[in-house]
Amino acid sequence: MNILVIGASSAIATAVAKRYSERQACLFLIARNVSRLELLRQDLKVRGATRIGTHVLDLLDHEKHEAAIDAAIQFFGDAGIDLALICHGSLPDQKAVEKDFELAQREIDTNGLSTVSLLIRLAPHFEQQGHGLLAIVTSVAGDRGRQTNFVYGAAKALVSTYLQGLRGKLLPSGVHVMDIRPGLVDSPMTQQFEKGLLWSSPELVAEHIEKAVRRKRDTVYIPGYWRLIMAVVRSIPEAVFKRLKF
Amino acid sequence: MRLSGWGRYPSVEASLLAPKDAGSAARILQNSEGPRMIPRGAGRSYGDSALATRVLSSRYLNHLIAIDQNALTIRAGAGATLGEILRICVPQGLFLPVLSGTKYVSLGGAIAADIHGKNHHVDGSFCDYVNRFTLLLPSGETAVCSHTENIELFRATCGGMGLTGVILDATISLRKVPSAFIDVLSIPAANLKDSLALLRQYNEKQYVVAWVDCLATDTALGRGVIHIGSHSETGKLTFKQKRKISVPFTTPGFLLNRYTMSGFNHLYYARHRLKRSVKSMYFDDFFFPLDSINGWNRLYGAAGFLQYQFVLPDHSAESGLRETLDTLSRAGKGSFLAVLKRFGPANTNLLSFPSKGVTLTLDFKYEPDLLPLLDILDEIVLKAGGRHYLAKDARMSAAVFRQGYPQWHQFKAIKDQIDPTGILGSLQSERLGLTKPGMRSSE
Repeated sequence: MNILVIGASSAIATAVAKRYSERQACLFLIARNVSRLELLRQDLKVRGATRIGTHVLDLLDHEKHEAAIDAAIQFFGDAGIDLALICHGSLPDQKAVEKDFELAQREIDTNGLSTVSLLIRLAPHFEQQGHGLLAIVTSVAGDRGRQTNFVYGAAKALVSTYLQGLRGKLLPSGVHVMDIRPGLVDSPMTQQFEKGLLWSSPELVAEHIEKAVRRKRDTVYIPGYWRLIMAVVRSIPEAVFKRLKF
Repeated sequence: MRLSGWGRYPSVEASLLAPKDAGSAARILQNSEGPRMIPRGAGRSYGDSALATRVLSSRYLNHLIAIDQNALTIRAGAGATLGEILRICVPQGLFLPVLSGTKYVSLGGAIAADIHGKNHHVDGSFCDYVNRFTLLLPSGETAVCSHTENIELFRATCGGMGLTGVILDATISLRKVPSAFIDVLSIPAANLKDSLALLRQYNEKQYVVAWVDCLATDTALGRGVIHIGSHSETGKLTFKQKRKISVPFTTPGFLLNRYTMSGFNHLYYARHRLKRSVKSMYFDDFFFPLDSINGWNRLYGAAGFLQYQFVLPDHSAESGLRETLDTLSRAGKGSFLAVLKRFGPANTNLLSFPSKGVTLTLDFKYEPDLLPLLDILDEIVLKAGGRHYLAKDARMSAAVFRQGYPQWHQFKAIKDQIDPTGILGSLQSERLGLTKPGMRSSE
């Protein structure tokens, strides 16, 4: 299987790449940090990945997206890309980000716009190859704007809405678009939080992602109970919801 | 955040730092002002050896680096667990020479505690298979330690409970196995004498462990079941991801009481009592029976539990064990799990636990009257010439430690030399007198 992983050193992407490596996948990894990318390359090789390409990219540098995607396309050659996983993100400090436009812009770029930029370059290639799956990690936070996390939520909602449209557009070409919405994940991004019952490990999330890819799901909540939780959260009348401080 | 060891006693408020690469880890140590810090792997030591006001977690330093099928070695980051290593090794017919009772310990933790398995009497302990490791010193510099480079530091770090630095990665030896299965012979033992005799009788076999019923008294004192395992010649080389039962909540502590434990022990003994049995077990079931219950430590209730493991030299083993079990029986304190094993000779590491003799592991739900009882057991252990396992300890005194580990002052000399301002230290090291208590002075 030929897999492009963008934001490869994020906890979820790393866990997914490890799983596929054990199945002798061929991987192209895009991430910002050179030394971490190299560590990951070694790790995946030990786990059984057959061929690994890497490319260093700061995803806020939109102008370099095209070259990175081209490098990936070239790496896989005629066989094409079976799965592209877009997985980068950052969790902003809501209090800081709601007072500072530049900070907000940067976070919305990281968690939203940069993904749009990548998809604009990836989608035509997928359409042309006529197969494959675009899997994008968004978040349950995009389902409703909560007062404690709405900049992050808005950026993720942007991507989710974008994916809904893209999914229909690519359907005739045989390309599948998947929106992955994890709940609370115990990763470096959430290091400062106390972990409780609802938290999942990146490894568990990866297991669910692999299953969802096999089943070509459209929108997948991980673990599945988040679909129910978010249905409840979405169903709360706004008059009540606006008073909830969570 | 609230942090504790696997025994969930004691717990402390701590800030957890989890660097994503060696460079960030070095920066944390170099800019280290404020209270002491201790490295922590998977948090599977039971007591307070990985607890401090600040804790440096190796969880993201968990990359596999290289596997060499000719040299039979694997190199991995300190945060990689033995389970992750087995996951890669077993399908290739390779195996870790020493395994603890859980596969969820980290490589760094395994070295820091110099863990042992059911085969110490023939194969030695984990660090006997460590070829080299990269150690991030308290100064922020790195040192490669092996049997030929930085030998003193190697001997202090193996079993050194994380006090000499942060292990970044390590290269360890593997061994070839024909199958992922273990042939297991189980034999009932009617009492302590019988249990010890069987352990001695099967001393040449690779994996030997005895489960002991601590609640049996009088003539049945020390009765148990001996399990003898060896790598099977047949069976597939697969790594199975096992389904786990979870304990999502802390159960009320009273559920584990004398009567439920005694009932469990009776059933367990009854299952094996009549005759010896032979069966083939998947290695995971043989080595890590408790791993199939996610969060089993929560079964002991909110107050947590303590493990108590010691080793006694052969000549005093039987009398010392008898006195220990008698004392427990009289105090009405049973241990839910009690495991008896034989150890081979000690290695040259300064604070490694195993030494020639017999080791007993007990665990007790935390209750206020438990601590004085354990102090009494300490005296029995010391009188018999034994010592305690630091990875299980949460309460032993500095005096007990020093008597059990006569090389402690050599360790402390090395520690003071590489960490003069005392950047690294744990609640345990302060209690044992290996580091100064409280805040670090700004000398």
